[in-house]
Amino acid sequence: MNPSNYIILASLLFTIGAVGVLVRRNAIIVFMSVELMLNAANLAFVAFARMNGNLDGQTVAFFVMVVAAAEVVVGLAIIVTVFRTRQSASIDEPNLLKY
Amino acid sequence: MTVMPVEGVLSLIWLLIALPLAGAVILLFTGRQSNKWGPYLGVLTVVSSAVLGILMLIAMLDLPVEDRTITQVAYQWVFAGQFTVDVAFQLDQLSLVFVLLITIVGSLIHIYSLGYMAHDPDKRKFFGYLNLFVAAMLLLVLANNYLLLYVGWEGVGLASYLLIGFYQAKKSAAAAAKKAFIINRVGDVGLSLAIMLMFVTFGSVTFSDVFGSATNASEGTLTALGLLLLLAAAGKSAQFPLQAWLLDAMEGPTPVSALIHAATMVTAGVYLIARSNVIYNNAEIAATAVIVVALITIYMGAVIASAKDDIKKSLAGSTMSQIGYMMLAVGLGPIGYVFAIFHLLTHGVFKAGLFLGAGSVMHGMNDEVNMRRYGALRTVMVITFITFMAGYLAIIGIPPFSGFWSKDEIVHAAFERNVFIGTATVLAAGITGFYMTRMVAMTFFGKKRWEPDVHPHESPKIMTIPLIILAIGSTLLGMALLFWGNIESWLEPVVGYESQPTPLPTSAYIVITLVVVIIGAIIGWITYARREVPIVAPRGNWLTRAARKDLYGDAVNHAIVVAPTNYAARSLVWFDSRIVDGFVNGSAAVVGGLSGRLRRTQSGFIRSYALSMVGGAVLVIVALVLVRI
Repeated sequence: MNPSNYIILASLLFTIGAVGVLVRRNAIIVFMSVELMLNAANLAFVAFARMNGNLDGQTVAFFVMVVAAAEVVVGLAIIVTVFRTRQSASIDEPNLLKY
Repeated sequence: MTVMPVEGVLSLIWLLIALPLAGAVILLFTGRQSNKWGPYLGVLTVVSSAVLGILMLIAMLDLPVEDRTITQVAYQWVFAGQFTVDVAFQLDQLSLVFVLLITIVGSLIHIYSLGYMAHDPDKRKFFGYLNLFVAAMLLLVLANNYLLLYVGWEGVGLASYLLIGFYQAKKSAAAAAKKAFIINRVGDVGLSLAIMLMFVTFGSVTFSDVFGSATNASEGTLTALGLLLLLAAAGKSAQFPLQAWLLDAMEGPTPVSALIHAATMVTAGVYLIARSNVIYNNAEIAATAVIVVALITIYMGAVIASAKDDIKKSLAGSTMSQIGYMMLAVGLGPIGYVFAIFHLLTHGVFKAGLFLGAGSVMHGMNDEVNMRRYGALRTVMVITFITFMAGYLAIIGIPPFSGFWSKDEIVHAAFERNVFIGTATVLAAGITGFYMTRMVAMTFFGKKRWEPDVHPHESPKIMTIPLIILAIGSTLLGMALLFWGNIESWLEPVVGYESQPTPLPTSAYIVITLVVVIIGAIIGWITYARREVPIVAPRGNWLTRAARKDLYGDAVNHAIVVAPTNYAARSLVWFDSRIVDGFVNGSAAVVGGLSGRLRRTQSGFIRSYALSMVGGAVLVIVALVLVRI
């Protein structure tokens, strides 16, 4: 199978994730969209590793997974805390840090 | 020049200055508690200096003429490569007569002040300043180089400022002090420039080096030096065009006017020019400038003295005029130097006597200075009257009083130069006769015009005894210096002396001068003693009105210096606040306004930040792609 198809798939997934981050208000959904973007990037890395015939891309993909796992821990903790204080998971609600 | 080792009293030159300086330091730093004993200490230091000065005179008379210049180095002050300046003193015939004048007249005035200032709450400060003045003035005349002279020069200026403004709560006194200080500063610029020019030209500022190599310098340099020194002298000696401060300086206590603004400090300019005689002998233009300035000042002073009703201001005008005589004499060159110093000495004594007499009159009249409120005081103040008359006869130049001999010699020297200058001095002597007669007539003769609550009385002994001594000096000093002291041959080694023939015999000039003086005195007598003196001053002619305003000295200064300076300052303020501040504040406002708009992008919405990130990333990618292609 042509590896460039995977690149196209990864691009699609990334675009879906990016649009999700930009248009959705629910923090959980936004978070999931971020995960989608990370995994799209992972897919692209692996595909490129395949195309180049070495393991560099696959190694980076593992790193990304570790970072994503850590990010999930911190991100979910923030979302839960915000929900506890404001009774809402809307991402537009906590907007006090501004001009 | 080899420095002769000297023993005995002549090696104590430093002590002359150190004594009053120590007095000043003690009095000014011990505070209020020294009010009780401080004035006596102040008198003691100056009297000790005077005794030391007299001992030095006796010691110097024993020395042969060529050894009478004594130089002593106290310590090395400035050393920069080839250029060195020492704190060194030079005692010669010229300095010594100044030392004697300053310390003896200074002592008498200190003693007089014990009585005059007896009730002042700050008298220790007064005596401290007076001691400071004496120390600075002695430094001025004893310095052996121009830089050290400059220190003394500034010192007397400082003391003068402090003493004019002694009644500092009085606004007019504070203003007069500032005025004197600032106008003197203009003259000081001349002196400092002269010193720099000497350094550049001769590489040294010591008297002996400068005078030794003066003839090698170009005439242009010497003329510049002469004119700069004249500027300095004009500032210190209240000569035209820097004369305006002296009349206001009368705001100070009367002993100050007597010591500083009549006898000693204002003659420092004459000393400076007489000391720099080598420069003026080789710079014809500068010497002529001195004569011109002197002639203008003689007449300005005389006219002002004739019109003022304030006794001290009238005396101040006469001081200007008499110092004009001295300046004229030093401008005449070797025919005049010794007589300038001669007149300076006699004037120092009789004018101090006149001022102290005026102080004594004011003391008895509740500090009234308006002569139109005096009259008929000869019967209530007998001693003051008699001593004042001695000063009066001396200043108008009636033989055998001291002023006759010295002024006559200056008139004679002026005729040796040319008839025009001679005639001018004779006429001015006539005006002197007029204004001094006017002063005496208004003060001591005529009818009583006193304020109702004034009860004139004679001053205490401590004030009259100095008056009596100064009166004796006014009477005899001229003859003593001329016949017994032989002033020409005494000063000749330092300032040079030569005589030139005159068209008429000497006695003719004496007769002419006397006749003119007596005519002036008679006019004064007829106008102010035979007629009633109105208490409110009549309007007077245009000259009187101008003279009452100091011949518009202040108006001229205002128009030429003060107003343009104020205008320039206002323009600069406008430029600073509008242009400079406008630029700075304007750019700050632009940046502030822009950032006010920009910070609105920080909306707090996470999704808008995310959008800008995406937008930025897209832009970067597009740019990269475009660059690749």
